[in-house]
Amino acid sequence: MVLAGPNGSGKSSLLRVLAGLTPPEAGKLTWNGADITEDRGEHHRRLHFVGHSDALKPVLSVGEMVGFWAGMHGQTVDIHAILGKFGLEKAVKLPCRYLSAGQKRRLALLRLISSPAPLWLLDEPLTSLDTEATEQLLAAIAAHRAEGGSIVLSTHAPVELPGAVRLSLADFRPARLVIEA
Amino acid sequence: MSPFLRLVGRDLRLALRQGGDAAMVVGFFVLTVVLFPFGVGPEPELLQRIAAGIVWVTALLAALLSLERLFQSDYEDGSLEVMALLPLPLEAQVLAKCLAHWLVTGLPLTLTAPLLGLLLHLDTAGYPALIASMAIGTPILSLLGAVGAALTLGARKGGVLLSLLVLPLYIPVLIFGVAAIEAEIGGFGARPHLLLLAAFLVLAVGMVPFAAAAALRQALE
Repeated sequence: MVLAGPNGSGKSSLLRVLAGLTPPEAGKLTWNGADITEDRGEHHRRLHFVGHSDALKPVLSVGEMVGFWAGMHGQTVDIHAILGKFGLEKAVKLPCRYLSAGQKRRLALLRLISSPAPLWLLDEPLTSLDTEATEQLLAAIAAHRAEGGSIVLSTHAPVELPGAVRLSLADFRPARLVIEA
Repeated sequence: MSPFLRLVGRDLRLALRQGGDAAMVVGFFVLTVVLFPFGVGPEPELLQRIAAGIVWVTALLAALLSLERLFQSDYEDGSLEVMALLPLPLEAQVLAKCLAHWLVTGLPLTLTAPLLGLLLHLDTAGYPALIASMAIGTPILSLLGAVGAALTLGARKGGVLLSLLVLPLYIPVLIFGVAAIEAEIGGFGARPHLLLLAAFLVLAVGMVPFAAAAALRQALE
């Protein structure tokens, strides 16, 4: 699913609600009919969330960051192989403070493939990415969908994902304004 | 390696590479204690009488110095958001971060305290109790501080607010920490006071992770 809409339309808020980070003001979030608040841990195990911030430590190396986040998911990974998927294998020993904005974004997105999770929640994942990295991300998304995974992705820029449901949050604004009035 | 130990390891690595925390805490501890003989006078009898109190009060203040950053950098760079969604419960992560904080601040304070005791002419009978009370008491400082750090996350002038929140909670640790040393010196034995400190530590280990994790979730909303 692609969440589209201008800045401030609520894309990030909706993603945070889906992740269980922000409670909904009304209604409830269910997964296969079960309320996620009944077992938040189970819900968290099934998702990856990549928000606006890259969650990187300036003094840790690229390889250490990948190893840390994979390890926190209980995974042991081949760091060079994982980094190769986004063209970062040469930066394995480089402290994150020396990375460009695009490289930081790539490294943050590597969390998605360093440990398996069926649901990916991606908040403006294409920000700062160059053409090559965008293609690598779209390839990773296609591979995840082919394996039966689900993705909810927010963007304010046009992005083509064949077969994806597109939900424009801008369409909800007039209704919300009427209710508030 | 388990995720718990991996988080402890990451925080220790960050502390070592960023430097400063342990050195700053120990430096503050030593300098503040050294100031007392200038302020109250160098008479050994006077310093000996107030040595336990000076060491413990300065240790409390020194422990406060690094507390503000316990969750701050994870909050600012988005790590906390990702950590809240990890399979390892946030409560266990709070405990892991407190353990790392104690290893970086509480342990150096415990190891430095006997040297400062020498400077203040602390009675030799008081040293085992000083080390034991610091070893049991400083983890409580890290744990209680974690609640304050989580509650003040993202607040303006959070450091001041943190001190106001946490210092009153430190009073029981101060009372029993000092009492253990003075009881040992007086020949009454430090055991009851150390056991009470240990009971506080068990309570803090059991309760603090839940309180701090709830405050962190609130901050992330």
